[in-house]
Amino acid sequence: KRGLYRKRRGLYREGLLSDDGFRLDGRRPREIRSLRMRLGLFPRADGSAYIEQGNTKVVALVYGPREVRGPRSRSAPDQAVLRCRFSLAPFSGPERRRPRGGEGRGSDLALRLQQSLEAAVLTHLYPRSQIDVYSDGSHCCTGTTAAALAVLDAGIPLRDVVCAGSAALAEGTALTDPNGAEEAAVGPGLALALLPASGLLALVQLSARVPCERLEPVMEAAADGCRELHRALDRELRRSLRERHGEV
Amino acid sequence: MAAVVLSEPEKLYIVHGVQEDLRVDGRGCEDYRCAEVETDVVSNTSGSARVKLENTDILVGVKAEMGTPKIEKPDEGYLEFCVDCSANATPEFEGRGGEELGAEIASAFYTVFSSENSIDLKSLCINPREHCWVLYVDVLLLVCGGNLYDAISIAVKAALFNTRIPKVRVLEDEEGSKEIELSDDPYDCIRLNMENVPLIVTLSKIGYRHVVDATLEEEACSLASLLVSVTSKGALTSIKKMGRGSLDPESIFEMMETGKKVGKALHVALQKVLDEEESLGTSRQKVGFLG
Repeated sequence: KRGLYRKRRGLYREGLLSDDGFRLDGRRPREIRSLRMRLGLFPRADGSAYIEQGNTKVVALVYGPREVRGPRSRSAPDQAVLRCRFSLAPFSGPERRRPRGGEGRGSDLALRLQQSLEAAVLTHLYPRSQIDVYSDGSHCCTGTTAAALAVLDAGIPLRDVVCAGSAALAEGTALTDPNGAEEAAVGPGLALALLPASGLLALVQLSARVPCERLEPVMEAAADGCRELHRALDRELRRSLRERHGEV
Repeated sequence: MAAVVLSEPEKLYIVHGVQEDLRVDGRGCEDYRCAEVETDVVSNTSGSARVKLENTDILVGVKAEMGTPKIEKPDEGYLEFCVDCSANATPEFEGRGGEELGAEIASAFYTVFSSENSIDLKSLCINPREHCWVLYVDVLLLVCGGNLYDAISIAVKAALFNTRIPKVRVLEDEEGSKEIELSDDPYDCIRLNMENVPLIVTLSKIGYRHVVDATLEEEACSLASLLVSVTSKGALTSIKKMGRGSLDPESIFEMMETGKKVGKALHVALQKVLDEEESLGTSRQKVGFLG
């Protein structure tokens, strides 16, 4: 299985970009995948959001702010505690993954999610309470964005919407928002979580080898994707608010 | 399970309503809520379905993978159920909280599908004693809002209906070594025979009567319930009592009768929706969670 993966990696490494500069799925290097989203789809949760980015589908739910459950030592006297979970459906990948119970799975992804959200949520407004964020999908960046939307839907004040995006380097060109095939070929690349209004970064994670002088274009490509994402989010937010509460 | 806290008067209100055959949401005792079903919602599965029954939201993905048949049944494939009660559904499932419920639901489905002819397992066999298809049925509880078992069974049936297993051929050369060849045509696939796949109807005993498709509030008023799995022809494949309370034999027979009647109607309604969706083919606009 491993050998097959490597072979595939080698196979796809070339030909990620056509001679005219188009990608496998017909996008230009700086284009993001098609994006569809919806807010407030589960009335039982305090906030929920759904994002579909290409073939990636993510559901995010928020419960809280509410009293801290469990031991009191978990609560903080001056701010709310943000607790994040990230889970992957057993059927989300090309091959079925054996579900592991409870805390174990996706914990590194949950950590990344938590890091990105903590930079945005105004936690000091809710001392001694907790906010639970659950994200369920297959891609870290989309999951982070969906979680931010769900927090927004829950009516929790934010500094800014977190928009997360990624970029990868293929044949010397930075590709914004790589899809599954591209990621399999050149590796995950750079993940960013951008706070668009201030232009600050809540998360930077580079997990592939990139030459130093190429790093800037890759980062630019990822940030470009985030900003594009933000424009789409903004449109959808306004639309859904108008739908629910009339003209704003 | 997700808990709702009800006060005594609230419970009394529900119980008295049920006695008069008028439930809180205006339904009669044997009425089902409106369910939304959509198949083929996840692209990288062999079959998938999403069911929304008012607040309850279920996503089921079926993945067919090649495995070795079980020793006691060398010429059959098998199904494997796995229920993921993630903390999405309710925060009580945090950590290991949902595991027990997940295992309970999965075991209920093993019993429901254990009946000989509920699914033609022989058709899943590729090469006796060596290769067979294993159908991994993964249930994801997105939100739980009452009547989990029925909603999951609807989703499982819809997902199995949607399942397409690629056709393979076993080639044998002179030396006797076997090779498995996958058909070149991606549309050349096996569909499962859905005729005997059962649906579960949960009957919750409230006061002296029983109701089908109970809401979370009604479940809180019920001490005991009966799970009845019914095939489209009205045959019962399994019965299971759930909950802390007890039931007298008389009422069990009444509940079985209701279960049969409601189950048959449910089968007809579901099959109609599935056939309609099927007839639309690829022209169908996929709604998914955006609807």
